[in-house]
Amino acid sequence: MDPQAILFAVFSAGTLVPAWRVITARNPVHAVLYLVLSFFSAACLWMLLQAEFLAIALVLVYVGAVMVLFLFVVMMLDIHIDRSRAGFWQHLPLASVVAVAIALQLWLVLSNGHWQFLTPPAADPSRAGNTKALGVLTFTEYILPLQLAGTILLVAIIAAIALTLRRRSDALHQNPGEQVRIRRQDRVSLVKMAASPRPVSRPAAAAGAAAAGAAPAAPPPATAPAAAPKA
Amino acid sequence: MVSLPWYLLVGAVLFAISVIGIFLNRKNLIVLLMAIELMLLAVNTNFIAFSHFLGDLNGQVFVFFILTVAAAESAIGLAILVALFRNMNTINVDELDSLKG
Repeated sequence: MDPQAILFAVFSAGTLVPAWRVITARNPVHAVLYLVLSFFSAACLWMLLQAEFLAIALVLVYVGAVMVLFLFVVMMLDIHIDRSRAGFWQHLPLASVVAVAIALQLWLVLSNGHWQFLTPPAADPSRAGNTKALGVLTFTEYILPLQLAGTILLVAIIAAIALTLRRRSDALHQNPGEQVRIRRQDRVSLVKMAASPRPVSRPAAAAGAAAAGAAPAAPPPATAPAAAPKA
Repeated sequence: MVSLPWYLLVGAVLFAISVIGIFLNRKNLIVLLMAIELMLLAVNTNFIAFSHFLGDLNGQVFVFFILTVAAAESAIGLAILVALFRNMNTINVDELDSLKG
């Protein structure tokens, strides 16, 4: 038997069986983990189809980022599974009729064309790899859609942050607008004080200050009146 | 050599499984989102299979963009889910009826 057929069987089973477990798992955390397995096997299937770049992108972007996001959310929310599991299998007959109809239609329409007996064009060793070919196509013919995709991602970032950002009332934070709008007279007030006679510094205090004062800064004059009554 | 209809069969069955999942988990919003991700995976698999067997790389570029939009969609979907859970304390679709629809 063709080794590629064996790999195909293994990976498609590894995609479909976990996919079934995703939709029937009782625990949402298990569902996410089965989803990871399903995506990983699908990436292997894509690798069999020589789409290496997209297979790796699926693993990195989906398994690495989106599924971790799912896991975060599932673990953060306190979900009551039992309530949402009530009458779980109730609609299975209708669901299976619809699903079988969809699958049958898809397969009949897609598989009975002239492409049924297509064989992939022979790989040309001199041809650039999948990643390079895809990159050339993306950055020349599809440069505008690429920019649009980047914009969509930016919008998604901003929307996700704006949706989940919440101002806590007990947290301390600054108001930059108020800080900018402040004027000098709001903060500083000049007080007119009557002149008072300068206190006479005693020789002992001056000597002590000189002994301690290896520091270049002279002791402020305010300390002198405070020390005077003690002496 | 695995022929094209086999890959299309895998895609179709995966799509059907996620349709069943939407029917069964009609109350659990987070599994609904996962079923939508599975649907997109099935569609992408079809795209890549055709791209490979027709020798046309444009299909793979399309998958690239679908992946981008799907990542944005799930990020926003999960953010809405978190905001919803914070306000209503539930993600059960039956209880999200404050619009009286």
